[in-house]
Amino acid sequence: MSAFSAIDEEREIDRDEFTPGIEPQPTWCPGCGDFGVLKALKQAMPEVGRTPEEVLLVTGIGCSGKLSSYFESYGFHSIHGRALPVARAAKLANPGLEVVAAGGDGDGYGIGGNHWIHTARENHDMTYIVFNNEIFGLTKGQTSPTSPKGHTSKTQPGGSAKDPVRPLSTSLQAGASFIARTAAVNPNQAKEILKQAMEHDGFAHVDFLTQCPTWNKDAKQYVPYIDVNDSDDYDFDPTDRREAAEMMFETENKLSEGEVLTGVYYVDEERPSYQQEKQALGEMPEEPLADRYWDDDYEWERSYDLLDKHK
Amino acid sequence: MTDDELIWRIAGGSGDGIASTSQNFAKALMRSGLDVFTHRHYPSRIRGGHTYVEIRASDEPVKSRGDGYNFLLALGDSFARNPQEDAYYGVEEVKPLSENLDDLREGGVVVYDEGLLDAEEVPDFEQRAEDNDWHVYPLDLRGLAKEHGREVMRNTAGVGATAALVGFDLDPILDVMHESKMSGDVLEANEAILQEAYESVRDDYDHDHDVSVPEGSHDEEQVLVSGSDGIAYGAIDAGCRFISGYPMTPWTDVFTIMSQNLPKMGGVAEQVEDEIAAASLAVGASHAGVKAMSGSSGGGFALMSEPLGLAEMTETPLVLVEAQRAGPSTGMPTKPEQADLEHVLYTSQGDSNRVVFAPGNQAESYEQIRRAFEVAWDYQIPSIILYDQKLSGETRNVDESLFDREPAPDLGSTLSEEEIQEAAHHHSGKFQRFQFDPEDGVSPRTIPGQKGGRYLASGNEHNESGHITEDPQERIKQVDRRLRKLEAIRDDLAEDDVLQTYYGPEDADYGFLSWGSQQDTVEEAVDRLNGAGYSVKALGVSQLMPYPRQEVSDFLSSVEECIVVEMNATAQFRGLTQKELGRYGEKLSSLLKYNGNPFEPADVVEGFENITSGDGEVPGDHTRYVPAAGD
Repeated sequence: MSAFSAIDEEREIDRDEFTPGIEPQPTWCPGCGDFGVLKALKQAMPEVGRTPEEVLLVTGIGCSGKLSSYFESYGFHSIHGRALPVARAAKLANPGLEVVAAGGDGDGYGIGGNHWIHTARENHDMTYIVFNNEIFGLTKGQTSPTSPKGHTSKTQPGGSAKDPVRPLSTSLQAGASFIARTAAVNPNQAKEILKQAMEHDGFAHVDFLTQCPTWNKDAKQYVPYIDVNDSDDYDFDPTDRREAAEMMFETENKLSEGEVLTGVYYVDEERPSYQQEKQALGEMPEEPLADRYWDDDYEWERSYDLLDKHK
Repeated sequence: MTDDELIWRIAGGSGDGIASTSQNFAKALMRSGLDVFTHRHYPSRIRGGHTYVEIRASDEPVKSRGDGYNFLLALGDSFARNPQEDAYYGVEEVKPLSENLDDLREGGVVVYDEGLLDAEEVPDFEQRAEDNDWHVYPLDLRGLAKEHGREVMRNTAGVGATAALVGFDLDPILDVMHESKMSGDVLEANEAILQEAYESVRDDYDHDHDVSVPEGSHDEEQVLVSGSDGIAYGAIDAGCRFISGYPMTPWTDVFTIMSQNLPKMGGVAEQVEDEIAAASLAVGASHAGVKAMSGSSGGGFALMSEPLGLAEMTETPLVLVEAQRAGPSTGMPTKPEQADLEHVLYTSQGDSNRVVFAPGNQAESYEQIRRAFEVAWDYQIPSIILYDQKLSGETRNVDESLFDREPAPDLGSTLSEEEIQEAAHHHSGKFQRFQFDPEDGVSPRTIPGQKGGRYLASGNEHNESGHITEDPQERIKQVDRRLRKLEAIRDDLAEDDVLQTYYGPEDADYGFLSWGSQQDTVEEAVDRLNGAGYSVKALGVSQLMPYPRQEVSDFLSSVEECIVVEMNATAQFRGLTQKELGRYGEKLSSLLKYNGNPFEPADVVEGFENITSGDGEVPGDHTRYVPAAGD
């Protein structure tokens, strides 16, 4: 028997299993888009056949970081900007886990930007949800990396002179193999996109528009939204990198103009995940490393056998 | 110390193969039955610049670099720059000769490559040679190398000449060469060069110097290892199978050894975008059930402050290593210092909750990282090995049997699924990961994927099942429990024989206190001082947090005065000792060195003599004396 019997257990899964019996009541403001992420994730998880104890949800800091408090699974509420390096190592340690990382736009595109670029570049097999509300919420309304140019706030009284980060385009350039945008106001699409993201073998980045009714009142509620995969107005092939890039660029421009475009923008099923690349080089074991510590018959290698070159 | 020793210095430029040549010669000396110790000095550049390696070889145990040296092999620097006299860095071409003369003992031997070095360019060389009774052998090593192979093989010619001049047999050198990775042609050329240099010096010179290689023997097979080897091998034997890092001198050595070996053992090595990621990955891998480590040197370790604090708060077992070099900031990247003590003890916000060990030598590096893993996984706490550029690169022979040990992959206070079923759970089904009551503070942990073990790990303060809390009572209980772990560790380590090292007669009047890599140099000084009629002993402290209060207190109360020896400018360990013990200020004075070179035994001997003789002046311009409180 595996030391981790929750992994790949075959059984019926109830959506309610993902609601904690302790602290089930989120502290998010009424009308917060974060509820939409939580709901979509609870719906998607049973559909990908995962139970709470084979899921590791690693979050950053901010309102978004509390997702792991309100979603029942193994959770790691880490530090600002560092969810990705924690999460990707957990996946390397035990690839049997369903690893999901989540954080806000400041967390992922600002302070954690370096980790985002490199995790995408390496194409780790995991899902990354970025709660994008174009504002710093928990610290009470400062301009964030995705705030539109000219955005005024207490820390940018004269308005931001900076163009916002382009989350989709940047992720594509960096190497993510699945890139989507959805919005909290569109729960069905959100669930479907999260499901696809989790099923994808590689780094799946979901930019999740989550309205902040408290600090970003003047901004849109991300309605009406348009699903670019379904709309007659848009015609592009998400498996074509060039077309995807153009669609992303337009989507990012449109958001600044107040028009909300969502959908799956890029899917590359051909690119091997990082785990596969490392295994092909013989630099990652076929069996989960975490299992080895529970194998009483394993013959642990010793430094004593490395001493010839020191004699 | 013994007079019958060879301290051979090979000097040249970076990139000229000095390191590999000296390592092979050191192995040959070790195989002949001698004890060896090597010390490497090099600049922060890829090619060229003043570089040397010293090999000290004796028939008696050697555990430190010596005082100066007695045999110089000065090779050319292929990459010397600025050969103008008025260049800021001086004339680099002659540095292999000119930069090394100050430390050469009276009666010493100089072999220099006259094919590349012009002794007339070295100020007063002839006069100094005469004054110091140096025996000088100008040899065209480059010409000899070119004749049989390539110019760069002049190193081999120099070794052959050395062997002839000190009476060392060529066979062990040839054996080592045969076992090295040299290809057929290269090997043949090197052999020919070695033989010819040896024979021509033997036949052409009638030497009358007193420098020679003693004869020795070992009771068992020896291996030549660095502190970095000890650290990496100890980690491997502790079951560490995950390392993440970012290159930085001198930590890179450990990272390299692990990265070359772990994948072959079904482990994972990750070179990542920065040190924040490096330590965060180690936290993630450990959280998911693998024994993991990361590390860096001062500047990179600064970036690890955040994930280090996260490991403390979430009680994730973790081992980090910190290889100190001279700071602040970029400082002197390839020079040793011990000035990161306070940085490593206290970095990251909040009250420190970590274990810090500073091994005193190569063997202790191996032992103490094993202990670091054990403590980290038993107590769910980060353990840090604090060493430095000196210990990282210095090599020394140790018994092969040191490494003939059982692997220790045990996950400590981690529960199996069967144990989880019996353990406490919240009525909601969450595992009670952070229970208040364990006496030693250790609340057992579970691993993601285990049935019945789910909980939330959080860098926020949390309640027993991991949920965020700001409740004052819960806060106090969690803080107190985490700190109880440190007290339990202090008790646990009290009898540990690999952490504190006592040296010299128990009833001695004077004491030396050192930490980390200065330990064995101080021990050599203790031997010399006792030999000269003084009454001295030493305590080398490796356990820096939790501080071994009882042991150090007992030691200090047993001596009249104590000199604290450390490589920094602000007496950090002395400060720590006074803070932890709250007294002995009137007994503790400091001998400090922070010029980029480690202490030599003579620094300590002369420092002691001057300090105790009452004038308080330390000889030379490279050490500092800070008197005791009230003096």
